[in-house]
Amino acid sequence: MRTRERMNKRVTNGIALGVIWLAAIATVGALGTILLYVIVNGIGQITPAFIFTWPQGVNMEGGVWPTIQATVYVTVLAMVITTPIAVLAAVYLAEYAVQGRLVSTIRFAADSLASVPSIVMGLFGLALFVEGIGMGFSVLAAALALSFLLLPIIVRTTEESIRAVPKYIRWGSYGLGASKWQTVSRIVLPSAMPRIITGVILAAGRAAGETAVVIYTMGTMINAPFSPFDPGRTMPVHLMLMAQEGINMPAAYGEALLLVLMVLGFNLTARYIGRRNRRMQG
Amino acid sequence: MSDRLASRFVAPGQGPAFDHGDKFKVEKLNFFYGDFNALTDITVSVKRHAVTAFIGPSGCGKSTFLRCLNRMNDLIPGTRIEGRITLDDEDVYGPGVDPVDLRRRVGMIFQQPNPFPMSIYDNVAYGPKLHGVRKKSELDDIVEESLKRANVWKEVKDIMGRGGLTLSGGQQQRLCIARVLAVEPEVLLMDEPCSAIDPTSVQKVEDLMAELKDRITIVIVTHNMQQAARVSDFTAFFLQEQAGEPAHLIEYDRTATLFTTPKDRRTEDYITGRFG
Amino acid sequence: MDTTRDGTRMKDPAPEMCSDESALAPEPPRTRAGRGLVKVSRATYLKEAALRNLFLLCACVAVAGVGLIFLFVGLKGWPIFGKVGIWQFLAGPKWYPTAGYFGILILIVNSLLAMIGALALGGPLAVGTAVFLSEVASPRVREIVRPAVELLAGIPSVVYGFFGLVLLRPIVADLFGGLGFGLFTVWLILAVMIVPTIAALTEDALRSVPEGIREASYAMGATKWQTIWRVLLPAAKIGIIDAIILGMGRAIGETMAVVMIAGNAPVIPDGFFKPFLTLTTVIVMNMPYASGDHRTALFGVAIVLFIVSMLFVAAIRLISRLGKEMS
Repeated sequence: MRTRERMNKRVTNGIALGVIWLAAIATVGALGTILLYVIVNGIGQITPAFIFTWPQGVNMEGGVWPTIQATVYVTVLAMVITTPIAVLAAVYLAEYAVQGRLVSTIRFAADSLASVPSIVMGLFGLALFVEGIGMGFSVLAAALALSFLLLPIIVRTTEESIRAVPKYIRWGSYGLGASKWQTVSRIVLPSAMPRIITGVILAAGRAAGETAVVIYTMGTMINAPFSPFDPGRTMPVHLMLMAQEGINMPAAYGEALLLVLMVLGFNLTARYIGRRNRRMQG
Repeated sequence: MSDRLASRFVAPGQGPAFDHGDKFKVEKLNFFYGDFNALTDITVSVKRHAVTAFIGPSGCGKSTFLRCLNRMNDLIPGTRIEGRITLDDEDVYGPGVDPVDLRRRVGMIFQQPNPFPMSIYDNVAYGPKLHGVRKKSELDDIVEESLKRANVWKEVKDIMGRGGLTLSGGQQQRLCIARVLAVEPEVLLMDEPCSAIDPTSVQKVEDLMAELKDRITIVIVTHNMQQAARVSDFTAFFLQEQAGEPAHLIEYDRTATLFTTPKDRRTEDYITGRFG
Repeated sequence: MDTTRDGTRMKDPAPEMCSDESALAPEPPRTRAGRGLVKVSRATYLKEAALRNLFLLCACVAVAGVGLIFLFVGLKGWPIFGKVGIWQFLAGPKWYPTAGYFGILILIVNSLLAMIGALALGGPLAVGTAVFLSEVASPRVREIVRPAVELLAGIPSVVYGFFGLVLLRPIVADLFGGLGFGLFTVWLILAVMIVPTIAALTEDALRSVPEGIREASYAMGATKWQTIWRVLLPAAKIGIIDAIILGMGRAIGETMAVVMIAGNAPVIPDGFFKPFLTLTTVIVMNMPYASGDHRTALFGVAIVLFIVSMLFVAAIRLISRLGKEMS
């Protein structure tokens, strides 16, 4: 090849790789900027008083405790509702299902649920749970609506975790005279459990950050919900309202930081479990 | 001819191969992966309380045939068989037969050791627990007994709580053997059990086969002809003439006879190393 | 368990098979086994069938979900189609609900405008990041960048919107005049939001290209970029298209981030920095006070959004299937 062509090849290669590096840097930079900005502006707000007291007055002075309680309550409830159903559904898809119309339909439905815009899910919750069944704005209505959103996510990660269990381990179990359910429940699911848990925790992070679904099913009343039929205002909803009203920006920054910390917490926990599991499996 | 051949192999020195009758009788077995006829017209017996070796070039269906004997192929979608396989004169594929119980009676060891991701103790206790044994003392006894029969007790008795996957390859394979022995099978099907482990463990596995065959019928698929000649009483030679064609059973006989005076030219070619 | 000796049919070795030894074969000790082949008991069969059906039921919850959404959102929104006519609803150029105008054409156009811009910015960024992760980065760098992308995926949309509102909007206002709301700001934020979605799938697609293909390309003297551009990206084409469609779906369906920075005027913006309303933001903005036909119309918009998102899913499956048939 002639020298000029060789040079051109190299130059193009260099430029292209540089652009690719830029893309990666931009992405990481975007994350860094967002995190830094929220942390720097919000850190001043994070005091025990902020976390544990209630908002006072028109300007929402004070703390954000009720929103924290509401968020934790609805997230936990949603996970409790969804996880068993999703895991069993994934067991069906991974272990029992045979390719066919039914399975295709189920997968299409799951993919569709996963792509539903959250605001549509919110209106759905409003129509069915809040108004239709008559629960009113409540933690339960929100949790039920959220569970439809989370279902396909957990099904997908659980199914992948189950399929990741090697075939020859299952065959070891069958070769000893185990039935399918014995193999699944004693060998496959325990093996897949760390990855399943990782998926569940990540889904919980998603649930905690949801706004559009929760606004139409749990309302915007500031309240620390006790029974599942109580309404409440979660952290993301509170953040949005405060930002839009613009009257107490420092508190908004504080709330934003708390929310980011919560989601980061979920993320890092999931990652930690994943890494520990990989190390143990050698 | 027989002298020349005989000199290439260690003569089977474990005494004459007694015929205790047929544990398995296979009649005109045809096996299909979908439309592909992988095994054709296999007719052979597996003798009770003896070691039978299946030999032949790789990929010619020996493992597939082995899996027919305990219906492991049922787990692979799209497979079916024609013909008859009987265990103690009862049709293994008969209507309503429970393959799960069959697999307890006919255990399997795989080429790649596959201990469960649990402790050594739990690995061996898994089988008995499946079948209802609950008392700890009973389980302890079964676990110890099985590990001893599998020739691995001394190496693991102090580390029973450790994960099965932390053992060496050869130890893992013997652990898998112990695991199967714990459910007291009548038959042990071994699919190239020694191909992925170190030579010392190979020796130990061959030793335990000789000990086990008094009570258990053993079938071993192996690539290694010297091993087949060493450990087995009966040998069956499988061959797939060309890739993509079905495999046949070429010859079946007592090991001593097959290795010294094979009846088929192809058998002789294979065991003298002309191919495969 | 009963014990039967499975040597009941044991016979003396036939004379011609025996060698010199005359000893009988020793009697096999009793084993625990041996009732003969067991038939599947009815109880087991029923239990296994019951379990299977339970799991199937759980899996069908997904189908039930889709059905329920259609049913309930549809029921609440259907009347508007009857009142105004589907065509009028979808293609009506005026959204002025208080005066009885329920045409969502503007909203559709605005949603598309937002999506296209976000895709134009975020798509290349995401694919570049994915290529970086899959082909260029060393393992140590990958350890930093991949978690960063996953973290970006986890940030709630309201935080993105908040960030856009408090940091980006003033900057855009300073640089370009106006209030800083509008398409430009929305594009920036939406682009960053869809990067993780597109990048994750694209990276998967690139990783599933067999290693041998890369080696073959390098062995022919191709540079890394040539390999990426001429061999790998085309090979991963189907996965990348899927990723982009998914990103499109995410962009169209995004509400919270957009509502905080779009400005929310029910017109097609005549500039990059003019406020506009989309299919998603109209619901958030109007819902608090909408009643009667207005409310029904909002549910109608929700139906449209739902159907659009399902179309995206169908498109992805279709393309994937076509891709598989062609390869």
